[in-house]
Amino acid sequence: MRETGVCIGVDGMIKKRDVAIISAATTRCGEQWDKGIKDLAWEAGVKAVEEAGISGKDIEYLVVGNMSGGMFVGQEHIGALVADFLGLNPIPSLRVEGACASGGIAFFQGYLAVASGLYDIVAVGGVEKMTDVEQEQATTALSGAMDFEWEAYFGATFPGIYALMARRYMHEYGLKRESLAKVAVKNHYHGSMNPLAHFRNRITVEEALNAPMVADPLGKYDCCPISDGAALVILAPLEIAKKYTDTPIIVKSSVMASDTLSLLRRRDICTLDATVNAAEKAFKLAHLERSQVDVIEVHDCFTIAEILAIEDLGFVKKGEGWKLYEEGETYVGGRLPVNTDGGLKASGHPVGATGVKQIVELVKQLRGEAEKGRQVDNAEVGLAHNVGGSGATAVVTILSRG
Amino acid sequence: MAPPAHWRRAKERYRLLGSKCENCGSIYFPPTKVCPKCRRKGKMVQTEFSGRGKVFSYTIIHAAPKTFEKYTPYILALVELEEGPKVLSQLVDCRPEEVKIGMEVEACFRKLFEQDDEGIISYGFKFRPIDDSWRNKQSQN
Ligand SMILES: CC(C)(COP(=O)(O)OP(=O)(O)OC[C@H]1O[C@@H](n2cnc3c(N)ncnc32)[C@H](O)[C@@H]1OP(=O)(O)O)[C@@H](O)C(=O)NCCC(=O)NCCS
Ligand SMILES: [Zn+2]
Repeated sequence: MRETGVCIGVDGMIKKRDVAIISAATTRCGEQWDKGIKDLAWEAGVKAVEEAGISGKDIEYLVVGNMSGGMFVGQEHIGALVADFLGLNPIPSLRVEGACASGGIAFFQGYLAVASGLYDIVAVGGVEKMTDVEQEQATTALSGAMDFEWEAYFGATFPGIYALMARRYMHEYGLKRESLAKVAVKNHYHGSMNPLAHFRNRITVEEALNAPMVADPLGKYDCCPISDGAALVILAPLEIAKKYTDTPIIVKSSVMASDTLSLLRRRDICTLDATVNAAEKAFKLAHLERSQVDVIEVHDCFTIAEILAIEDLGFVKKGEGWKLYEEGETYVGGRLPVNTDGGLKASGHPVGATGVKQIVELVKQLRGEAEKGRQVDNAEVGLAHNVGGSGATAVVTILSRG
Repeated sequence: MAPPAHWRRAKERYRLLGSKCENCGSIYFPPTKVCPKCRRKGKMVQTEFSGRGKVFSYTIIHAAPKTFEKYTPYILALVELEEGPKVLSQLVDCRPEEVKIGMEVEACFRKLFEQDDEGIISYGFKFRPIDDSWRNKQSQN
């Protein structure tokens, strides 16, 4: 039953409502032979519904992020599939796609649905089953995130595109491979304390530097892995959120921006303008400053991407992001804790689920429920940053403790 | 991929063609139908590049999708053409340890890949070093 309706302000315009997250859950990430796409979506969905103490029939609308069910498991029509498997028929349910930002876009859509007053209880999921195909097939599916005709057709791979950014960045700002390795070392360290992470082993700079090359200068430890996983969060208007949880997490803003599909036409290949634009607007709408943010989840599909992210989000000057890794400032306990769950690198990157999984981690952090060693003390404000392709899509979401 | 999907872009890939806006003079690659600066006032026509440019960035691909697997390791270069736009293709006639940012290159017509044993063979531009003089120079740009 609807308890609230579309809000009309004094000026007669539709008024944006405050939105809260009332529950959040993920599956473990990694190679999961015993679970298919339906099992993964079901697992995350059941966990989240149970946590919120709601019944499936309270959910009015479902949005699911999924990049390529068709190429990874031969399954499309993911919106209907997930609604069916969670027993939610006949509510509207759709799948959204924006490559690796599919999950972030799903969250952005769910947020709009509640903020606009059109729906109260909205579930936002993300799911990807990637390991049923061979490595080269997965690489082919992922390369669909680029401009097929002018990048992939000429032999570009996804790691290759980020390698081009990394090489240019090294040339312009003096970055060395050792600093890239430190990003991976930090993320494996955080991941080692996360029971749901894809990788829980700690690594050293030497191990990272000596691993096989994938796309020079990026080696295996500069890349995120290919993971299976799912995540789901439930949104509600803030005014009724307390009914479901004592610790609602407020969505201060969720903003998406786009840029040229291919790297070829970017203003600067060492900057993701979509991130810059989304972040500027997200901070403005949230009425917050960078200095008020306690913990961030950024899109580290490759080590270079994490460095670009903290710069483009405005936490550090362009060309200087890597210096924070020299000083250990991005660990829990540092000045800017980044990817406390291990990031895409260690916690895993089930592409369509990642944007939602990042939100789940922030909810954990802001509730003070992360495992010992990776909980940021008294975290009040968190930011999630999800990227599609080489930066053609970016979603920035800012959350705060209720 | 069916033959029309290759054929449709063949002219642009064989001759390295881009788009030029006759309203503001901007040149674009990949070919496009809209000038983001002029939008409806723009008038796009095809333009041919000289094919000369400099390596803006590069990588050596070790893990490739099936179609390119047998060519690994290969150099993939982002080339800034002398007309301004950037294009991406393989750099050939050059060893991986020789490539440098700023190196002068020119387009050449090559086989890009074979789809499978009986499938279509794709052709298009790749790049090669213009001459050997860069070998003696320090990396510039
Ligand atoms: C990096 C990559 C090429 C490695 O592939 P691979 O060498 O074929 O990996 P395999 O699956 O054969 O695994 C070999 C071993 O390396 C490990 N491994 C795989 N990827 C790894 C990674 N990224 N980091 C660390 N270890 C990794 C595996 O767990 C496995 O370990 P085990 O032998 O102890 O079981 C692959 O993970 C990849 O393509 N990643 C990028 C994914 C991507 O582009 N995502 C989209 C980005 S937005
Ligand atoms: Zn124009």
